[in-house]
Amino acid sequence: MTEEREGRVACRTKSAEIVVAALFLIAGVLVMYDSVRLGSTWGDDGPKPGYFPFYIGLIMTVAALINLAGGFIIPRDKNPPFVLTGQLKMVLTVLVPAAIYAGAISWIGIYVSSIVFIAFFMRWLGKFAWWKVAAVSAGTAVALFLVFERWFLVPLPKGPIEAFLGLS
Amino acid sequence: MAEIQALAQGFAVALSLTNLLLMFTGVILGVIIGVLPGLGGANGVAILLPLTFSMAQTPGGATSAIILLSCIYWGALFGGAITSILFNIPGEPWSVATTFDGYPLAQQGRAGNALTAAFTSSFIGALVAVILITFLSPVIANFALEFGPPEFFAVYFLTFCAFIGTSKEPAFKTLASMMLGFALAAVGTDPVTGTLRLTFGSTRLLTGFDFLVAVIGLFGIGEILLTLEEGLAFRGAKAKLNMRVVLETWKELPRYWLTSLRSSAVGCFMGIVPGGATPASFMSYGVARRFSPDGNKFGSGKLEGVVAPETAAHAAGTSALLPMITLGVPGSPTAAVLLGGLMIWGLQPGPLLFVEKPDFVWGLIASMYLGNIAGLLVVLTCVPLFASILRVPFSVIAPIIVVVCAIGAYTVHNAIFDVWMMVVFGVLGYLFKKLQYPLAPLVLAIVLGDAAEASFRQAMLMSQGGLSIFFANGLVGFLTGVALVLLFWPLVTWILAKARSR
Repeated sequence: MTEEREGRVACRTKSAEIVVAALFLIAGVLVMYDSVRLGSTWGDDGPKPGYFPFYIGLIMTVAALINLAGGFIIPRDKNPPFVLTGQLKMVLTVLVPAAIYAGAISWIGIYVSSIVFIAFFMRWLGKFAWWKVAAVSAGTAVALFLVFERWFLVPLPKGPIEAFLGLS
Repeated sequence: MAEIQALAQGFAVALSLTNLLLMFTGVILGVIIGVLPGLGGANGVAILLPLTFSMAQTPGGATSAIILLSCIYWGALFGGAITSILFNIPGEPWSVATTFDGYPLAQQGRAGNALTAAFTSSFIGALVAVILITFLSPVIANFALEFGPPEFFAVYFLTFCAFIGTSKEPAFKTLASMMLGFALAAVGTDPVTGTLRLTFGSTRLLTGFDFLVAVIGLFGIGEILLTLEEGLAFRGAKAKLNMRVVLETWKELPRYWLTSLRSSAVGCFMGIVPGGATPASFMSYGVARRFSPDGNKFGSGKLEGVVAPETAAHAAGTSALLPMITLGVPGSPTAAVLLGGLMIWGLQPGPLLFVEKPDFVWGLIASMYLGNIAGLLVVLTCVPLFASILRVPFSVIAPIIVVVCAIGAYTVHNAIFDVWMMVVFGVLGYLFKKLQYPLAPLVLAIVLGDAAEASFRQAMLMSQGGLSIFFANGLVGFLTGVALVLLFWPLVTWILAKARSR
């Protein structure tokens, strides 16, 4: 466990604070921009659609500016690591496959992509024997199919393989 | 006495065979959700909510659906204690304080005692809160029937200011995160004029962001990423729980009646004011340590140190439903998800619910009593089973949780785009959690955004744009005043601290 957690510092808190505050700033300005476009003032028949969101955007912008300043004044010697390379690697080994998984659903359906995703995870990170990998990943897909399609009658996205098997 | 009569009718609703079965199913599912890292009360309920859409359409089905979902919530509240005590890993944020004394107890071989104390005090905390709900909620609902748009906006305003006043996180981060929630809620069609807002020409954003997807991403995927950072292995103490240990602990517990009472009070207060279960558990632990005769031994394995946070967490978690059913303002993220569920089923939460759907409200309240009894029975008898879940390697559990979250996000609107949004929210959840941006106000703002905006605009129409309407009478002025005090509370404490250091 410890050897995984060590490693060099990938990113310090100061940079992370600044980046996130900057994202908030962009979001706040975007909200204000669109609200002004829609009309953020008082119209003939009451407040225009942008009236409420404009102030939301304004408060968000002000809060983001203060947080941004707070990020910049973090002194160099009081700047703890935000994430270590070992940790970042662990996070990315889940995040990247999860993102690919989410993208793959629209192509091959949720069942096949779930099988591949679980199998990849167990084999890559867990180093399980292939028969265990196959049993757990296929078992999960079958269980999900029964629960959603059969019992609760909630159709989930399916791809060409399900169509070939006549399940969709 | 009208409450007792209504409650008896509620029991008649809740005690049907289907509802009892759903209760136990909910509790068991909830404990599993509470034990698993990455799944918690809020997103567990969010994932299962779409499954109740068709259930709620049948007569009496909405009551069954809320019983199922609220029992998942009770189960999750119970489940958090198991991992805290046995593995020193809080399954839920509100059980962090339970680890302080729970885990040392487990290391001393007294895991059974710690678990029994945790479950029993959870039950007592919840019971106190449910009794409070039984007698207080009709009064509040009745009172709130008179509320107009300015009063409702003042209540929403108070809710959000309470977050700023009571949160441990920096005030401006709380504010930023809350405003992001409001902005996300505003995306899509404007509820009053029908104009498209903040969609930037994208057809995917026409319907706006669904808070369920946000909850599943922020809490589910975000939590998994955080857990992975800590490494993959869980090492835990053995769970042994037999009748002898249970009875032995029960004999010891009455000694801490004062702690229980204090913690219940702290919990109920923090639950109704949307502080939530997590600060309640910490606060109650701190209070108990200060008042206990052997407070200096806290942290080394005192049973009292388990009693205090668990009682408060459950009392807060339960009483968070009080403002939800009476005013339509949830006190915690999970209550917010339940509120969202009510709206999806076509019920309008708020004071009218007591008048229009007494069966539903009292069935729910009765099920709170029964669900917590069911919960206590389930956890006392099945601890080893639940603890064994955590012995399944994380490399198996993690992908399955991601898959379940993805399906949960998809089923909200049958949209694959929501699954992508879930991943994005997951990354946000991870970053926000690490940088101390609180997630609860964000979620509450997404849920309440439209309602808050509507009441604000209606109030503005009534007053022709003058803010003075929020001070127009005693009630609304009081609510706004308290809200402003809470809003500027961080500033006050900051100035006081500055003055003292000088």
